[in-house]
Amino acid sequence: MTLLANILIDGIAYGMVLFIISVGLSITLGLMRFVNLAHGAFAMTGGYLAAWLVGAQGWPFGWGLLAAVVLTGLLGAVLEALVLRRLYRRSELEQVLFTIGLTFLFVATANLLAGPEVQLIPLPAWLKTPVDLGIRTLPAQRLLVIAAGLAVLALSALVLGRSRFGIWLRATVDNTGAAAALGIPVKWVYAATFGVGAALAGLGGILGAELMPLEPYYPIKYLVLVLVVVAVGGMGSITGSAVAALALGTIETASKYLASDWGSLFFFLSMALFLAWRPQGLLVARRA
Amino acid sequence: MGMKMNWLGAALAVVGMAGAAQAQSVKVGIIAPFSGPFAHYGALMKAGAEAYVASQGGKLAGQNIEFVWRDEGGPNPANTRTLAQELVVKDKVDYIGGIVFSPNASAVAPVIQESKTPMVIFNAATSDITTKSDYYIRTSYTLWQVTVPAAQHAAKKGYKRVVTAVSDYAPGIDAETAFKAEFSKLGGQVTESIRMPVRTTDFAPFAQRIKASGAQAVYVFLPGGPPNLGFVKAYQENGLRQAGIEFLGTAETDEFDLQKFGDSALGLTTLFHYSGARDSAANKAFVAAVNKQNKEAIINYATVGAWDGMHVIHKMIEATGGKRDGDKAMAAAKTLKWESPRGPVSIDPVTRHITQNVYLRVVEKGQGGLLINKEVQTFPAQVDHGLTK
Repeated sequence: MTLLANILIDGIAYGMVLFIISVGLSITLGLMRFVNLAHGAFAMTGGYLAAWLVGAQGWPFGWGLLAAVVLTGLLGAVLEALVLRRLYRRSELEQVLFTIGLTFLFVATANLLAGPEVQLIPLPAWLKTPVDLGIRTLPAQRLLVIAAGLAVLALSALVLGRSRFGIWLRATVDNTGAAAALGIPVKWVYAATFGVGAALAGLGGILGAELMPLEPYYPIKYLVLVLVVVAVGGMGSITGSAVAALALGTIETASKYLASDWGSLFFFLSMALFLAWRPQGLLVARRA
Repeated sequence: MGMKMNWLGAALAVVGMAGAAQAQSVKVGIIAPFSGPFAHYGALMKAGAEAYVASQGGKLAGQNIEFVWRDEGGPNPANTRTLAQELVVKDKVDYIGGIVFSPNASAVAPVIQESKTPMVIFNAATSDITTKSDYYIRTSYTLWQVTVPAAQHAAKKGYKRVVTAVSDYAPGIDAETAFKAEFSKLGGQVTESIRMPVRTTDFAPFAQRIKASGAQAVYVFLPGGPPNLGFVKAYQENGLRQAGIEFLGTAETDEFDLQKFGDSALGLTTLFHYSGARDSAANKAFVAAVNKQNKEAIINYATVGAWDGMHVIHKMIEATGGKRDGDKAMAAAKTLKWESPRGPVSIDPVTRHITQNVYLRVVEKGQGGLLINKEVQTFPAQVDHGLTK
């Protein structure tokens, strides 16, 4: 019984970390259909900025986090407007090659500016203290990640489903020409959406740093993990990403408790099974 | 008149050439990672090796030293073997040093055996490498060498039940085997052997398992960097220390990562052959020499491995008068004994591995609030227990 509770608690905590580091990609790759393998680079940028602002500049954690997320979003929007925009009509292979190249650029820059060591974002005392859950304790930071994940989920559902911007975005992605003809500012919609995707990537980099420490090779190391979450969750479905992240996180955690000798076998096996069962994503029924 | 001048010029040229031949330098090829995720190892080894030569006045045994640096990258045996071949055939080096990864170190065996080129391993820590050629010498450590004292320490503290938690790859399994062998010999019991997937990022489940096992200590092996930080965090956050489960590690609190742990590292126990904070005259001289060479270099086992490796090469050059004679150089190396920054050391003539003290260390706050590995107990003159059982 304790074991089951442990698996669920650690599984949900880990799954939420997976969700928070993937949610940015489920916007840029999923919603915008842009093969954005530089997602990890934006996540790292957010993390490094927060580490620098909070660690070296002594900003309070909350403000440092906010500033780092906003700056990463701006960087994403600027890059989209200047460079990435030209790639939408190119083939997927060209998008892959370009964004991987961009990733290497970020890796080298991080190495040059901050060196090869792991960078830490100092946590305030209230996030360091373990919280008593009755049967065991959980670090407060993990609870913050769970709360942030739920908040992102609710906000994105609201914005995409209910707001004018959400309608514009869906129209723009489905048919850019028609959307532009209807007076939707498509360029602005793309730049803003990419910026939001980058900002969420940055948020994931910061909040996920407790489990995935920041270092120059961060963007490459965790790329497979986030791609799996988005692929299993389904392109463009943020709720799908959340469900996939929680399911995969719980499976991975259970295998660590019960069968760690098998490594990550169950994680990837379940990915394969999920994809075979629902190729379009967990929440999308198979199309005939 | 013109003829005479030409004669004189020719004679001078001949004399000049002879002089040049005499002052020809000894070439040392160093293979280490200088690019990619492991580049810091290369930088530290370079700092250690260059600092050693500088500390000897720029010459070793009266010979100029010419370093030839080659990039090992990451674990890539075929590539390393090619690099060694090029060093021997094209650059005509007299000695080879370096190598971080064990498979890479093993791969150069045929090259050094055939060309009789002494190779001083600065890091690669798998026991059996030195058995693969007669021209290997090692100035780092092996997992068995530091793990056997860890098991002895656990037994001496009266622990009966210990859990091992290692990263699931060759060195981790080596470490697990070493600990189990020695601990059970001393009457203890390894109640659970947890192997953690190499790509693990969330260590909380393992920490919970260790806590639930009712063990008195956990012997840990993790590769440096993120996994290390992740495990120690999980160890603290899940209250293993409060539960009285002692952390027994080896290289986990290495100086390269140490400051990143913050206060969560305080009190961690490790058994290792070198601490940058060692209080000895030889170590202070070493630290000063490296800092002079490269201000940013971190003083750790990679730096000291290169420093002592260059000492061995120094003595081999001395024994051969700077001429290329692999056998004579090796014969001299096997009898070496000296005071290293890590304490008294010698080369074991049979295994050609370094015999050295292993220290029980506790992480403490040193000067200026920086974390240090404080040596609290010595296990003197440890051989490579992997080969000498």
